[in-house]
Amino acid sequence: MADPVPYSRDDAAAQPPTKFADFKASVVRAPSHALIRAPHTLTEITGPSGDDIWENLVGPAVADLTRQHNGEALGERIIVSGRVLDENGRPVPNTMIEILQANAGGRYVHEYDQHDSPRDPNFTGAGRVVTDADGRYRFITIKPGAYPWYNARNAWRPSHIHYSLLGAGFAQRLITQMYFPGDPLFPLDAIANAVPEAARQRLVAQFDLATTEPFWALSYRFDFVLRGRGATPMEQ
Amino acid sequence: MSGQTPWQTTGPFLHFGLPWNGAADLTGDSDLGARPDLIAPGHDYAVLRAKTGRDRTLGQRIELVGRVWDNKGAPIIDSLIEIWQANAAGRYAHPEDARSDIALDPAFIGFGRCASDKDGAFRFRTIRPGRVPGPGNTLQAPHIALGIMGPGFLKRLATRIYFSDARENAEDPILGLVPEQRRATLIAAKELGTNNVYRFDIHLGGALETVFFDI
Repeated sequence: MADPVPYSRDDAAAQPPTKFADFKASVVRAPSHALIRAPHTLTEITGPSGDDIWENLVGPAVADLTRQHNGEALGERIIVSGRVLDENGRPVPNTMIEILQANAGGRYVHEYDQHDSPRDPNFTGAGRVVTDADGRYRFITIKPGAYPWYNARNAWRPSHIHYSLLGAGFAQRLITQMYFPGDPLFPLDAIANAVPEAARQRLVAQFDLATTEPFWALSYRFDFVLRGRGATPMEQ
Repeated sequence: MSGQTPWQTTGPFLHFGLPWNGAADLTGDSDLGARPDLIAPGHDYAVLRAKTGRDRTLGQRIELVGRVWDNKGAPIIDSLIEIWQANAAGRYAHPEDARSDIALDPAFIGFGRCASDKDGAFRFRTIRPGRVPGPGNTLQAPHIALGIMGPGFLKRLATRIYFSDARENAEDPILGLVPEQRRATLIAAKELGTNNVYRFDIHLGGALETVFFDI
């Protein structure tokens, strides 16, 4: 059979290195040898696929993180929506977006999180949605709080939401974090700063008045761009 | 607006959201995968998975076990490991693998996820994959694609698992790209005293540093 059309590669002008000295945990979790370049075979261009694949694999969507318990979650309710596109501007439908975040006080439900801030029994901070035929997604959550961490003296993570995206193939995987506009902690963040400066603002959501729900919730827009197929400007 | 969205680390608290019940058992035979012990009581809604009533997966059942080590030799807890593989006959359940002469297995998706535990250990249950085509007219040896992410990882590291008892390894086009003295880091060896458990340790440094691919 003919060789598959490959995906583009990591864009060095957009992607962080494996090791970034200011992000201390990365120093021991990066390989010392250079990566070995490998062609994209069927293995790399394929991935879970099919109409109901994500529901079959992991269960139904969880698109409202504020209503998974008996009571309502505490904090500022927000709507997040956007599209998943590839580098060629094409929508990536049927992409599973997994969502993970801290509560309004900046605390995760995980047993290891000992930040001195209250847990919210009505907020877990985990969700998942699947993009439609136009690559669109939307979910409702609580704006997460900032929290301290051990990377440096008096270091705080800016408010952020973790995302895991499973697109059309193994080579199209993305895990990232979304930040909020105007956050004074963003320019200080060692994890965001691992991204080349020219691409760093891509991690910041836009406030979006058009998709707010009057008298109910403010709204943010965040588009994801996954690797595209075939020759793209990035590869030339 | 068309540039790639940058990668960011998964962070340390992935257990309550990313692994699901059954995530580490690609055969669908068990709930191996999630770690409810790390999730606060009442917060486990997201790890429940739908009953799919899947048929029995075809193929030889194997287990993949291993530990993950940082480049100073300490175990990495909380890393997230994902695998992707063909079915027992050597076909991917994906429209671009259009080789209709090779049967799909409706019971097998081929994707799994496992988080390493407090010892850096992970365990998958799956089936041994068949061979799939490589570049040109080559045929690849049986292999499983593996990605590792987690706290401290700014982006995914990709590698492959091959099997020590597969003679086809000698002609595999991807293994052939790897310097001979490092190939052993990609080959899972059968655990002594078992006939279906393969060990694949992942080392980020030292003499046994695993080969990672730029894909």
